[in-house]
Amino acid sequence: MKFLRDQLDKLKPNFEKGGKLEKYYYAFEALETFAFSPNTTTGAKGAQIRDAVDLKRLMMTVIIAMVPCLLFGIWNVGHQHFLALGQAATATLTDKVLVGLIQTLPIVVVSYGVGLGIEFVFAILRKHPVNEGFLVTGLLIPLVMPPDIPLWQVAVATAFAVIIGKEAFGGTGMNVVNIALTARAFLYFAYPTDISGEVWAFVGEGAKTVQGYSGATALAVAAASTGNVVADLNSFGAGWAEGIFSFTSLFIGTIPGSIGETSTLMCLIGATILVATRVGSGKIIFSVFAGAYAMGLLLNLIGGNPFVEMPAHYHLVIGGLAFGAVFMATDPVTASHTETGKWVYGLLIGALTVLIRVFNPAYPEGIMLAILLMNVFAPLIDYFVVSANKKRRLQRATV
Amino acid sequence: MGKFIRLNKGFNINLAGKPQPKVAEVEMADTYAIKPTDFHGLYMPKPVVKEGDTVKAGSPLFHDKRFETILFTAPVSGEVVEIKRGEKRKLLEIKILADKKMEFETFKKYSVSDIQNISVDEIKANLLKSGVWANFVQRPFGVVANPAAAPKAIHISAFDTAPAAPDYSVLFKGQDQFFQVGVDVLKRLTAGAVHVNVHTTDELPTVFSQVKGTELNKFHGPHPAGCVGVQIHHVDPINKGDVVWTINPLGVIQIGKLFLNGVYDTSRLVALTGPAVKSPQYYKIHTGSSIKKLVKDNLTEAHVRYVSGNALTGTSIGADGHVGFYDHQITVLPEGDHHEFLGWIAPTASKPTVHRAFGLLSFLAPNKEFKASTNTNGEHRAFVQTGVFEKLVPMDILPTHLLKSILAEDLDEMEALGIYEVIEEDLALCEFADVSKHEIQQIVREGIELMQNS
Repeated sequence: MKFLRDQLDKLKPNFEKGGKLEKYYYAFEALETFAFSPNTTTGAKGAQIRDAVDLKRLMMTVIIAMVPCLLFGIWNVGHQHFLALGQAATATLTDKVLVGLIQTLPIVVVSYGVGLGIEFVFAILRKHPVNEGFLVTGLLIPLVMPPDIPLWQVAVATAFAVIIGKEAFGGTGMNVVNIALTARAFLYFAYPTDISGEVWAFVGEGAKTVQGYSGATALAVAAASTGNVVADLNSFGAGWAEGIFSFTSLFIGTIPGSIGETSTLMCLIGATILVATRVGSGKIIFSVFAGAYAMGLLLNLIGGNPFVEMPAHYHLVIGGLAFGAVFMATDPVTASHTETGKWVYGLLIGALTVLIRVFNPAYPEGIMLAILLMNVFAPLIDYFVVSANKKRRLQRATV
Repeated sequence: MGKFIRLNKGFNINLAGKPQPKVAEVEMADTYAIKPTDFHGLYMPKPVVKEGDTVKAGSPLFHDKRFETILFTAPVSGEVVEIKRGEKRKLLEIKILADKKMEFETFKKYSVSDIQNISVDEIKANLLKSGVWANFVQRPFGVVANPAAAPKAIHISAFDTAPAAPDYSVLFKGQDQFFQVGVDVLKRLTAGAVHVNVHTTDELPTVFSQVKGTELNKFHGPHPAGCVGVQIHHVDPINKGDVVWTINPLGVIQIGKLFLNGVYDTSRLVALTGPAVKSPQYYKIHTGSSIKKLVKDNLTEAHVRYVSGNALTGTSIGADGHVGFYDHQITVLPEGDHHEFLGWIAPTASKPTVHRAFGLLSFLAPNKEFKASTNTNGEHRAFVQTGVFEKLVPMDILPTHLLKSILAEDLDEMEALGIYEVIEEDLALCEFADVSKHEIQQIVREGIELMQNS
């Protein structure tokens, strides 16, 4: 390691003030600090010692929490592929993982490549350090993409999200809406045909699907149901994928969907990591689920159509609710900043998700729009919580 | 009747090098320094001595241009050897070469019963000219108290929760009589109560348990429970227009000695602490003492930082430095100016942290003492809201929002969010825990100064 350190020390003067590559200092710093933590010390006045944590470690913890979703997602892309071809029983684990990797890896590479490229350019132009926030966003984006999304669309969406969603607002920590969801929303409105309908399983160019195959998602089946949703879900896939939408497989995630969001189980493992490390807010995760469940129950009481009458606990396992609750709603920058506000924020996301699902005829999934909407409203929630704090202080003064 | 207050928020940093409860003998230091930079709220300190003048303990050294009556006096007798100035001739330090035998300015002596009968003006005049006045710190803003103000209460924090903090039962042992007289004097200065705030887990030293005429409030909880600002917030909070004074028990004892003995006696104990100290313990010194003889042959390593005060709020003073006016503690820390390979992600259980992010395993060993260095453990980054500040401030204050209002220089917002109730030390833990490595305490002081000068 001494060799690497020596090389870095040799290169460093070029990037420091007065060096010929001075402009690129922050690009150099970003890479250097990945190899070695810096040798900077605390100031002469104030805290003389600092916590062992830094932004990199915080972000890395979120990435680690996403790994179960990513690994399961890779397998599931392959699994869905072979299901569609009617070869799921004969295909080996390796086959499935291989197909999954071939589909998924390029999306991850494009997302990171484009996003980090833009981050570095902005850091150099604006003379600020490269912030590690994109390490998380760069993995979140692939996980919410359908497996056969065209790569150029991933690139365009990532660029849009980073430039318009983040840098235009001042960079890391300043964005109003979640960046990964901005990317997805961009695709949803700009190229709806590639991100809605029956795109959720990778079939392959020219491949012949098995008889009776349908690429519909559980949400689409539920929305189209005219009788009993649970019965329709259970009978879906007869002949080529028995019980694909049974409650258990919805929970485990062996269903078509975006790459990383199908498995409620994997999301819960991620949630456990986030909550145990105290990096993610358990308050938000819990309240999103609670809000969705409560709204589901309420709709059950009101009744009206089969989707409305779907048992409330199904809402927790179908669609992207779990993934959104664990990895998107908890984004500390765009969530409510006050502890009381987090309850309101989470509950409303959950409730809105179910409302959008049930009452929006065009698009059966609601978590993306619900989170984006609540991102916009989070400052308003905080405003009320902060006002209450100010009021308490004022009241105390008059007594 | 005092209150009992349980605080749940906060964090104790288990720093290695806690002082053993013994007082070591040490030869008297050669030089002493009084640093105007230790005092907040001074407008323009002006020296009243020249280099070469001889002074007695209690002779004036400087005063502020705005409050000429508050004299800052010599802690020991000797010769003024240096008046150190910085940029724009800002007064930084007045250094005294101490006499072998201490001589005192004499002030008027009083009996215990006199204190109830003499006028408040006479009390104030005595405090002001002797130099003990500087022990009064005024809230809001944490500045040297204005003699014309009428504080609604006086608060004494009688414990310290900072990293490797000295134990007040050692620091003020046997000073019961002076403390009582000091409290009697304080009671003449306020129409409200004199609050003595103690911690429940400590065995209460008699100096605090036996004192009469005070409200004894009990606190339970981690740092910053010992910060007087946190205590005031829970006992009798500061509202707009209120003035509250705070004073350390040492100041109260100095007042007692002044009134009973007629001298400005700055003899005191200081704790030499920190991971780089061989045998951390207490030493008998005078205010402003040079630390040279204390640290000599008492360090475990050579490349260290000498901090006057604790590891969260202290000031680096260098090997030739002098103990700050308000400090009971010297912390010696290893300098952390070295790189660490993959230091940002490698698992570690040897660094103190309030977090539990990946690889931070310190929470597994709650009783382990940490040899923290001065390394920042990460680089400066954009501010990212993590919610950790909110877990470290045991007050009904929203720290992130308050800090943002300061950065935005929004005076109304700062006032509404509670700037009057905090000083740097109350938010020092936030600075420690910040993932983006910002200087939170400096931001707080900038906010306070903005507020003061508006």
